[in-house]
Amino acid sequence: MIAPLPPVATARSYRPPGSLVIRIEGVTKLYRMGAETVHALRGVNVEIRRNEYLAIMGPSGSGKSTLMNMLGCLDTPTGGRYDFNGKNVAHMVDDELAEIRNREIGFVFQTFNLLPRSDALHNVELPLVYAGVGPAERRERALEALKNVGLGDRVHHKPNELSGGQRQRVAIARALVNRPSILLADEPTGNLDSRTGEEIMALFEQLYDQGNTIIVVTHEEDIARHARRIVRLRDGLIERDERPGA
Amino acid sequence: MLLSEILRMAFRSLGVNKLRSFLTMSGITIGVFSVIGVMTTVSAMRGSIETGLSFLGVNMFQIGKYPNGIQLSGENRRRVEQRRNITLEQAQRYRQLMEGWSDVVCLKVFNRDGPVQVTYANRKTEPGVNFGGTNEHFLAANQYSIEAGRNFTPEDVDLGRPFAIIGQDVLKRLFPSESPLGKMIKVGSRTYTVVGTFAAKGSNFGQSQDDIVMTPITRFLSDHGAARFSITIATQAPSQEVYNETVDRAITAMRMVRSLQAEDENDFELYSNDSLIAVFAQVADIVRAGALVISAIALLAASVGIMNIMLVSVTERTKEIGIRKSIGARSRSILMQFLIEAVVLSLSGGMVGILLGVVTGNALAVWLNAAVVFPWDWAAIGLLTCTIIGVTAGLYPALKAARLDPIESLRYE
Repeated sequence: MIAPLPPVATARSYRPPGSLVIRIEGVTKLYRMGAETVHALRGVNVEIRRNEYLAIMGPSGSGKSTLMNMLGCLDTPTGGRYDFNGKNVAHMVDDELAEIRNREIGFVFQTFNLLPRSDALHNVELPLVYAGVGPAERRERALEALKNVGLGDRVHHKPNELSGGQRQRVAIARALVNRPSILLADEPTGNLDSRTGEEIMALFEQLYDQGNTIIVVTHEEDIARHARRIVRLRDGLIERDERPGA
Repeated sequence: MLLSEILRMAFRSLGVNKLRSFLTMSGITIGVFSVIGVMTTVSAMRGSIETGLSFLGVNMFQIGKYPNGIQLSGENRRRVEQRRNITLEQAQRYRQLMEGWSDVVCLKVFNRDGPVQVTYANRKTEPGVNFGGTNEHFLAANQYSIEAGRNFTPEDVDLGRPFAIIGQDVLKRLFPSESPLGKMIKVGSRTYTVVGTFAAKGSNFGQSQDDIVMTPITRFLSDHGAARFSITIATQAPSQEVYNETVDRAITAMRMVRSLQAEDENDFELYSNDSLIAVFAQVADIVRAGALVISAIALLAASVGIMNIMLVSVTERTKEIGIRKSIGARSRSILMQFLIEAVVLSLSGGMVGILLGVVTGNALAVWLNAAVVFPWDWAAIGLLTCTIIGVTAGLYPALKAARLDPIESLRYE
């Protein structure tokens, strides 16, 4: 069913960090909930370079979802500065943010978020549709991306004809098809059993080795341990920024 | 993003809810169908009706007791029925007054005692033959011509000779293999000698014009009781230039004949091909206006339906919108996607309506022996209207979709 994958690397590879992709400086985010103001982020500073494999950890309410939305350009900060590839995105308008999301960021969600009525191929093609890539090239690249995640033989299956692990692979193929600067995964194994979760993490390992920059947001230590760097959030602030085994 | 991509998306998502799309479309279909159907029927029939109404010869007008082509009701009907009949004496007097101005004055009268059957030897026609009396100008007045034999002469009419000219239908029934000329046919208890046959004329409004027997008007009235009939008079103006003048003279002559005082209204009707066609045009306009009003209401209701279904669709697909935005769809792409969906819905409904309308309208036209037409102008107006409806009904739902917050909509279940 699932194409065989190499076992989780015991000897972990390290690739030297490349150029700066993300720089966040003193970023704050306020939400108004009725009369109350919630400080989701209280001044976060972080730099992420190309070739990094980073986990963002924290208990619920720590602000990690807010940070992820910010990193993914789905949201803009209330204060501070966010540079993506040297461009300040803090004050970008919706269309500019959409452009960044399309070309620079590949999302992987806990609930996969595939279009239920479209087959795997069409789901993976979708970012290219919005990027204005022509049908022939689109198809070719989507097929390649699906092959790369081990689903070359499942391209015409709809999400409900695929297992959870396969769905997440389709989502990963979709995230990578436009060759983004970062792969941003939000609890990517949260809806999977532990074995399938490990397979997905093994795939991430493989993708990291292929030269992708990966950010995983999670509250599970087991998942975070796969990363080369762990950023821990608490109450809207970075508590620790560690590089285990480095 | 390319329009073709958006169109593909629209068809894909409309295909998902086939029944719903079909039901929403059908509102538009009904609205467009009613207007296109009526417009097609009216245009297809106009030609045949105008030919049918143009039974009078060139530059001819007709005077009679009853107006032709209009069904009167109530007050008007009573007024017309109380008029005195136009008698043969009055008609002949009129003819004398018009002498020197118009040479072609046709007097005619038709049987109105129910179905007429014509017999010869042991053969007989179907009941329902048009049987009437006239003079030598009938050919010019009603656009007939003689095929065999001869027309009535003024002498035949003056002397009331028992002669008859028969149409092709009667000829085929009674004389399948012999010449009718000089033969004696019977209408009721009366006997007439056939002196001529009319050339075939075809049918008008589904009724044959060849199922006819005419006799000299004097003979007809003396056989059937002059007092019961009102004569119809057709007059031909010498030329188009003096047509109006001829009409004026005719009215003056008729008023003299009818001994009307200056303050009296005309107690007769005067009409021509043109006036009959004008009446038809008036009726057609009313039918068209009615169709327009009905389809406007249907289309209004249908556009509310489209807006409703699009709002439902936006809510149902909130998550999809969130996904699309997260992978880089701009607000404008989302707006276009939903707008195009509404337009596709409305336009395809409209196209089906046009197709059904044209087919139905033409089927009706063919049934009534009219030519087939395709109302390009109304089809174009229909498609334009459907596009406008689609954009109008789809705009608010599409704006709502485009403005959704990506984070909120991704969380939507």
